[in-house]
Amino acid sequence: MPHIGLDIGSRNIKLAVMEAGKIATLKKEESGFDPLERCRNLLASCPVGPITATGYGRHLVEKTFSCGTVSEISAFARGALFFDPSVRTVIDVGGQDSKAIRVDGAGRVMAFEMNDKCAAGTGKFLEIMARALEMTIDEFGDRGHRNESRVRISSLCTVFAESEVISLIGRGADRRSIAYALHEMAAERASSLVSRVGVAPTVMLAGGCARNPLFTALLAEKLARPLVVGEFPEFAGAIGAALVE
Amino acid sequence: MSNYDQMWKELGLDLPNHEGLLKFLGEAYQGIYLTQKNRPAGMGYFDFVISEVHGLRIKEIVDARKAGKKGIGTFCVYVPEELVLAANGIYIGLCAGAEVGTPQAEQYLPRNTCALIKAFFGFKLANLCPYGEVTDLIVGETTCDGKKKAYEAFNDITGKMHIMDLPNTKSAEGRKLWRAEVARLKDKLEELTGVKITPEKLAEATKIVNDKRRALQRLAALRAADPTPISGLDALLINQIAFYDDPIRFTDMLNKLCDELDGRVKEKVGVVPAGAPRVLVSGSPMAIPNWKLHHLLETSGAAVVGEESCVGARNYRALTPEKFAGLDDALDKIAERYLTIDCACFTPNDERIENIVKMRDELKVDGIVHYALQFCTLYTSESFKVAKELKEFPFLRVETDYTMEDAGQLKTRIEAFLEMVRNRRK
Ligand code: SF4
Ligand code: SF4
Repeated sequence: MPHIGLDIGSRNIKLAVMEAGKIATLKKEESGFDPLERCRNLLASCPVGPITATGYGRHLVEKTFSCGTVSEISAFARGALFFDPSVRTVIDVGGQDSKAIRVDGAGRVMAFEMNDKCAAGTGKFLEIMARALEMTIDEFGDRGHRNESRVRISSLCTVFAESEVISLIGRGADRRSIAYALHEMAAERASSLVSRVGVAPTVMLAGGCARNPLFTALLAEKLARPLVVGEFPEFAGAIGAALVE
Repeated sequence: MSNYDQMWKELGLDLPNHEGLLKFLGEAYQGIYLTQKNRPAGMGYFDFVISEVHGLRIKEIVDARKAGKKGIGTFCVYVPEELVLAANGIYIGLCAGAEVGTPQAEQYLPRNTCALIKAFFGFKLANLCPYGEVTDLIVGETTCDGKKKAYEAFNDITGKMHIMDLPNTKSAEGRKLWRAEVARLKDKLEELTGVKITPEKLAEATKIVNDKRRALQRLAALRAADPTPISGLDALLINQIAFYDDPIRFTDMLNKLCDELDGRVKEKVGVVPAGAPRVLVSGSPMAIPNWKLHHLLETSGAAVVGEESCVGARNYRALTPEKFAGLDDALDKIAERYLTIDCACFTPNDERIENIVKMRDELKVDGIVHYALQFCTLYTSESFKVAKELKEFPFLRVETDYTMEDAGQLKTRIEAFLEMVRNRRK
């Protein structure tokens, strides 16, 4: 029987249908202002099977679909192991929060940390900064950037960092250097979160930010090891939810 | 409840806002407490006490003061209750657990002051706390920096402060200082009440306070049963009420409740299904009506089975010897008893870790949630040490305040923590 995992995040809803331990379908939609309706749409074209919801909106759909729920932490731990069973530390840098998880070989969570209330260093942060630099996300996360003008950003707060960026541009700093400095800051933030749970030999980066090459490279550098990035990093939560018993 | 309006007016309360506060409190209590399932019948008394929190108990104190008794406010479990009772005083815990009057409080205190301090200021400045108004003396102590400085400002506002100099270490010199401070409080109380504090009176008072502690210990021990016979929320409430209710009546009602819980334990009746993850909450005190963490934990399927906290074990763990060979001996013993308390304001404070481990084992705990009020340097700092000492034992560090802003995020972390605890038990 297919198992369905729904990861209802603050920005996107991800759906995974798992059959016989393999991915059958993956789908993604923006959460919008009516995530429940979006979930209904996503489910409409799915085979029937037990549903498990995760993500910040999990309790929103619990009753409507009479489904089970699981926290993002457990879901990501399980999902990471699906991509690579040797993973013992998982970092998820998502749209508005980030988390670091230490997991054992059976997918059990041993320790975890989440960032505090603010969006500093998350996907949202990078997105706003890219916009301030008038770059597309791809341009912004280009691995080729270097900090040639030795730009320094001093504030982690999204609001202050944005005005810093604008004044740096005003002073003629080169935009590629600014982009580099911003990524470095986000990577620093993520690495300090990970070090609180312990950095295992095999570390996986999940969540949307795993698609950002510069961020991934800088974080790997800080942690002094290559990062495993699954094939569908932003679906780790949905896949994990479909797989938890 | 308007039959208390006259009394509240005489106490200088801001009536319209006070009514709003009581309404808010009533709704919170309804939503958090009265929706719990399978509560022991003996909780009826404590429900009643809460429904009359600013009513009947205040009236009792007002009447007692008219008859010559004095109200003694405190903020900390280091202030010896025995002395207060021996001087025929009424012991009133003033800590506040709701966000009230923050803008007013921030005219005296930096923004990064812990919620507990801000709240007792806020309640006073917004004229919403009748307990502060029925005190004749408020005893503070040199525990954390936030409180020390806050007391200076609080004295400017109330003129009622007496500060006990609590040492930073439990060294021989520290003990000497504390012993002298206990004697100084005795003199102060005698001067205020006109009652001579004798060894006999101290013995009598100690018996009353010890009986209260024994009842609280009894409640704590009953929670070791699986399934636990009482919710963590209800037990927390009882521990909060212990700070301002009449001690003899409180003890009596709590023992009655414990009799009922004895029966529940025998019949294996619980408030949560057997096997629910058992959680110990450890850290900063939770003053009434701060029920946030327990509520989030228990609505996520946990059973809170202990509070390693001042509103909890630190308040009742140690008894005071009841036989005194004279006044000096009595003051020695009382001073000593209070120095067994393991607050993070002491350095070193290794006893606390030992006590946490002991509670963990005795209460058969599956996971520990370390609770620190935001900006509380003492408990936030110790949380790292506690985590380290507990090694791989399931541990969640929570730093929060009285607002509900972070409830969603906390809920996610708590659910993840409970999933982790459940999986690890497998
Ligand atoms: S935590 Fe420390 S300072 Fe606060 S009430 Fe307890 S003993 Fe006193
Ligand atoms: S919670 Fe911490 S900062 Fe606040 S009064 Fe108590 S010891 Fe001081």
